[in-house]
Amino acid sequence: MITLGHYLVVSGMLFSLGLAGVIARRNIIIVYMCLEMMLSAANLALVGFSRFHLVNGLPDYTAQSLVFFTITVAAAEVAVGLAIIVALFRSKQSVDVESVTKLQG
Amino acid sequence: MPPLLFYLFALITLGFGFLVVTGRNPVTCALALAASFVGLAALFLSLDAYFIGVIQILVYAGAVMVLFLFIIMLLDIKTEEGKKLNLSAIISGVLLAVLLTLQIIMVVGGTDLAGKSAQDTPLALADAAGKLGKAALPTITNDLKAGTLPDAKLIGFTLFDQYGFHLQVIGLLLLVGTIGVVVLSKRERSAP
Repeated sequence: MITLGHYLVVSGMLFSLGLAGVIARRNIIIVYMCLEMMLSAANLALVGFSRFHLVNGLPDYTAQSLVFFTITVAAAEVAVGLAIIVALFRSKQSVDVESVTKLQG
Repeated sequence: MPPLLFYLFALITLGFGFLVVTGRNPVTCALALAASFVGLAALFLSLDAYFIGVIQILVYAGAVMVLFLFIIMLLDIKTEEGKKLNLSAIISGVLLAVLLTLQIIMVVGGTDLAGKSAQDTPLALADAAGKLGKAALPTITNDLKAGTLPDAKLIGFTLFDQYGFHLQVIGLLLLVGTIGVVVLSKRERSAP
């Protein structure tokens, strides 16, 4: 019997994996992929809540609209972020997070 | 959805997600991320969110992953790292992730909301057709009476009925994003 709790735990584990990747990895592009994973994990929690909170006997489509907006924002974010990474690579010749330390003081 | 399939797709999602975090080669990571997103889309389908599942595959596993692979191959990133592993960052990252997972499991286990299963909350399609009444479009009520869930139609109805302004703001965001990418990737003519 698969309950809402199962989906929430999978979502939480996926989010934690992404978080570990963002903290531990040094390649900016992989950090970025982990950010995408965290966003999708939040989407999974939203869709789970939407399915198990019935309105008029149908899933709650407010949550799924929010997921739609999140996916759109994530797509825009990836486009801009990758353009920034390309610009960074042009000036530093590296995609290592440690190569960007100008603001470190 | 049978429990076995849920566990299979959860395993695909989390296993390939783990590969993204630990993989050495960026191309491997990108392909693992695509596989992870396909598993996640299957989980969405199991939650009766067909539209979101298809969008997940089209946008994430399609467009976003192609963009990632394109950038990885454009910049010609080798499997670097390996020289010096940032041990303190890895330890703190793993520790924080484990703590967060345990915390989420505790919170989920402590609520009775999480005990609901799909059998407890079955979709009442024929009922919904009557309850929506005149508020819904005829095409939606017809589908509901026929016993199918008109997922995309209902999302579209919600979006354009209640969130029209938000939809336009998102459209503006995409425009700003497009302009931002063009400005960012333009080569500067005269270096100061």
